[in-house]
Amino acid sequence: MQGAQWAPLFLFKLPANGPNTGMVEMDRQDMIGETELTMTGAEIVVRALRDQGVETLFGYPGGAVLPIYDALFSTPELQHILVRHEQGAGHAAEGYARSTGKPGVCLVTSGPGATNMVTPIADAMMDSIPMVVLTGQVPSHLIGTDAFQECDTVGITRCCAKHNYLVRDVNDLARVMHEAFLIATTGRPGPVVIDIPKDIQFATGTYTGPTGAKHKTYHPASEPHEASIEAALELMRQARRPVFYTGGGIINSGTEASVALRQLVAETNFPITSTLMGLGAYPASGKNWLGMVGMHGAYEANHAMHDCDVMICLGARFDDRVTGRLDAFSPNSKKIHVDIDPSSINKTVRVDVPVIADAGKAINALLQGWQQQQHPRNDLSEWWSQINGWRDRKGFAYDKLEDQIKPQYAIERLYELTKAKDTYITTEVGQHQMWAAQHFHFEEPHRWMTSGGLGTMGYGLPAALGVQAAHPDALVIDIAGEASIQMCMQEMSTAVQFNLPIKIFILNNEWMGMVRQWQQLLHGERYSHSYSDSLPDFVALAKAYGGHGIQCRDPKDLDAAIQEMIDYDGPVLFDCLVTKDENCFPMIPSGAAHNEMILGKITGDEIDEAGKVLV
Amino acid sequence: MSNTTSTPSPQSAYFIDDHSADMIVRRTLAAIVDNEPGVLARVVGLFSARGYNIESLTVAEVDRKAHQSRITIVTTGTVQIIAQIKAQLERLVPVARVIDITTSPAGLERELALIKVKAETGSDERVEAMRLSEIFRARVLDVTLESFIFEVTGGSSKIDQFIELMEPLGLVQVSRTGVLSIQRGLPE
Ligand SMILES: Cc1ncc(C[n+]2csc(CCOP(=O)(O)OP(=O)(O)O)c2C)c(N)n1
Ligand SMILES: [Mg+2]
Repeated sequence: MQGAQWAPLFLFKLPANGPNTGMVEMDRQDMIGETELTMTGAEIVVRALRDQGVETLFGYPGGAVLPIYDALFSTPELQHILVRHEQGAGHAAEGYARSTGKPGVCLVTSGPGATNMVTPIADAMMDSIPMVVLTGQVPSHLIGTDAFQECDTVGITRCCAKHNYLVRDVNDLARVMHEAFLIATTGRPGPVVIDIPKDIQFATGTYTGPTGAKHKTYHPASEPHEASIEAALELMRQARRPVFYTGGGIINSGTEASVALRQLVAETNFPITSTLMGLGAYPASGKNWLGMVGMHGAYEANHAMHDCDVMICLGARFDDRVTGRLDAFSPNSKKIHVDIDPSSINKTVRVDVPVIADAGKAINALLQGWQQQQHPRNDLSEWWSQINGWRDRKGFAYDKLEDQIKPQYAIERLYELTKAKDTYITTEVGQHQMWAAQHFHFEEPHRWMTSGGLGTMGYGLPAALGVQAAHPDALVIDIAGEASIQMCMQEMSTAVQFNLPIKIFILNNEWMGMVRQWQQLLHGERYSHSYSDSLPDFVALAKAYGGHGIQCRDPKDLDAAIQEMIDYDGPVLFDCLVTKDENCFPMIPSGAAHNEMILGKITGDEIDEAGKVLV
Repeated sequence: MSNTTSTPSPQSAYFIDDHSADMIVRRTLAAIVDNEPGVLARVVGLFSARGYNIESLTVAEVDRKAHQSRITIVTTGTVQIIAQIKAQLERLVPVARVIDITTSPAGLERELALIKVKAETGSDERVEAMRLSEIFRARVLDVTLESFIFEVTGGSSKIDQFIELMEPLGLVQVSRTGVLSIQRGLPE
């Protein structure tokens, strides 16, 4: 694949006329392969990264990875972004991956380096983000002796990574590296961990290229079964109240999947909603767009899900934030479920037509089938008028104030002032994340990076670094909460060092707003430890890091302040002081059904005893 | 062993609801895995992480050259859970395939047990234990003046029954291998 176009590295020499171009050269390469493609484990790692097309990696050095760092020292073409905490490296790699469709790569040391990576690994697993994590390990002969900075990395990450390896022989290293990229990026993507003992990094072994990296047991299916597509089409043709329920699988499938989706929606005229992870696959300005589904989703989307007769789930997984009360979930619909992961089928919701396939391939097959078969267009007029009735309820409406910045208003203005630009949004976790999903509108896939499955506070800032590293000229904004931002605040320093001009837009309500909202709703307004006293002076903090700080508290100044943020050439920390006790609506209270959404103003008895034990 | 309608393979176009969704069934699953370090931990970890039952588990390398091991697991759950277990197992990278031995017409299961019984010389119990062991085709592995050790093989229910019969005679100790599985005919 990419192998041949790279210039040679390290110990072996290529003919003086450079990268091979023809058969003769190939033969010579083979000879070299037998005799001289011998290098140290550390060099194998770096060479494999380059042969896999890696351009950027995120990492933090330590004793157990020093040989690899040494190899990086002489490989300036591999950009290494030095973070301030390993968790930052992991989320940065996730942001990089999500915004490019390429795998994210990180490199950390043994022990604490590896344990600090656990959160991003689990995060990437939940959101199906392709990632390869290289961890150093103590020398082989010390494994199991509680050596300095030893931990059982493969044991710790076994259940939160898609796969992991402990490399025991330097001659396995190249194969393992290439396998890891294959596993991370194919099937349902996910994080793969490679734990490399220090002696293996020093040892000399044989390098083999990525071609022919086939796996003995791992062969994920991606082509849809013809019969299942036919069965799905049959249901779609008969539908009178259909809805497309789309998710992150479409984003993972690549841009073409979104193109096909838009075509399929146009041809069928079915309404479409999406999970948090799937935003942007279908444009928010599209006329069939219902808005996001789920706990804080659009009123019309949730009602359409509840009342539909055919649900076409494309690359989503019936997550509990989406389904609400399971036994009341879309009770009268036939369900089609397209998923690349067979274990997602019938996991929580029983479906009628499973399609095990890559979302993009399945969408294309559905589109072709739909176009081929002559049939009268479904009469959806009644369904659309019902949907328009729900739309008229204006579920996202809020009261604007003259003297306070409402958080929703802040997002609205941010959207208006950035929509013409090449903008990427990341978020932290909390109310601000939901407001961002509701009020910032996405026209394209890969523009929206958020921690959905794991809900990791601290994700957004480092993820923004990863996005910015991949798209140096883009406008990258982390929509943050004042609590979340402090979880990986240290990465501001990385942004300054690497000239990554990210903008951190904090909706500062002084509360862990989402926690406060639940305490108001569930725990009799007993606000136990959800208020952050002694918040830092964010403007001063920005300056301390060498970035730019802006504070705004008056709606009248907001546009100018946002413009200042956009125009500033460098990292900005924007402290947007918003209404402190605003709640995020609409909301499906836990344990409730989609058609029991509340639109505003909590009374206190929305959640019954059974609902209270849910999260 | 309970017999319910087989779960459709996830690739089949129609999911047939068999309305026995809440019935708990026992299933024997065989996983053919790449015998790499940690593969057993992955399988066992999956069961504990997702709250599935393991009633018995056997594992050994069965193909030296191909480095393949066979893990036979006896588990219980609703038909939906069993389908999940199968899918989750198949999702593990080193798992080549998973076979539902219970629902496969070609499935064969055997278990081996070592059973120690207290039986004094000259007692009626000693005679009865010996007589029953012949009926069950158990082998006597060890004899002392006051005890026997029997080796018995067969389906799990046969072994359960033998143990039950030994109980009143003076059952002292049981050691069982757990279920082994294979399929009749060629190829598997
Ligand atoms: C690492 C982590 N710890 C705890 C939580 C639980 N949690 C979810 S939202 C939230 C509050 C977030 O507060 P803030 O960042 O200020 O956002 P807001 O809700 O106020 O917009 C907390 C503590 C979490 N999601 N992640
Ligand atoms: Mg807050």
